[in-house]
Amino acid sequence: MAKQSEIRYLTPLSVDVKKKKYCRFKKNGIKYIDYKDPEFLKKFLNEQGKILPRRITGTSLKFQRRIAQAVKRARHIALLPYVTDLMK
Amino acid sequence: MNNYETVFILTPVLSDAQMKEAVEKFKNLLSEQGAEIVNEEDWGLRKMAYPIDKKTTGFYTFLEFNADPSVVEKLEVNFRRDERVIRFLTVKQDKFALEYAAKRRNNKGGKKQESHAYAAENVKSRKQEKAASVETEVESNEKED
Repeated sequence: MAKQSEIRYLTPLSVDVKKKKYCRFKKNGIKYIDYKDPEFLKKFLNEQGKILPRRITGTSLKFQRRIAQAVKRARHIALLPYVTDLMK
Repeated sequence: MNNYETVFILTPVLSDAQMKEAVEKFKNLLSEQGAEIVNEEDWGLRKMAYPIDKKTTGFYTFLEFNADPSVVEKLEVNFRRDERVIRFLTVKQDKFALEYAAKRRNNKGGKKQESHAYAAENVKSRKQEKAASVETEVESNEKED
């Protein structure tokens, strides 16, 4: 029995080191997301200017909604593109 | 009375004086309607992220004001009628936006478009936690300005 557990122990160790995602707004106490600041909003966009999903950024649902709102406003006043290639 | 903020883009074909005159026109319109202008920012001639009406740049102006909802209606009608305005956005400020706008106004003396200085402040206060990448990102963002 002891031997078996040792053998199993060798491989899955690396899997456990996954870093926990967190919501940066909750963590840093940011309450308002400004649509007038395109540089900040770019952190939540991919290269084509699409909004990144929550499962990648780790943002909470509440702030994901606010990001989406801010990005859409920024797009309207041409601070961010609707469609693009190679934004970064 | 509500708090609103509006961003509008004027065509780049105007001269500086013409541009100022157009901004003045909308400001007068607002004060005539009994609105109180809280803040005005001129972002100057900026490159737009995509062309509008075959133009790639535009004069951006940002206004904050207190007014009744009916005033916004009138303002937007005038934006639509004016050919010099190529895009506009009026937003009602919620309590968080109000807080942020106040901070932004106080920061205005130093730099015009202080990006998320508010966020950066918070980061500094929590620096002890030192939770790596995200915070440094925000900070470097501040330095770039």
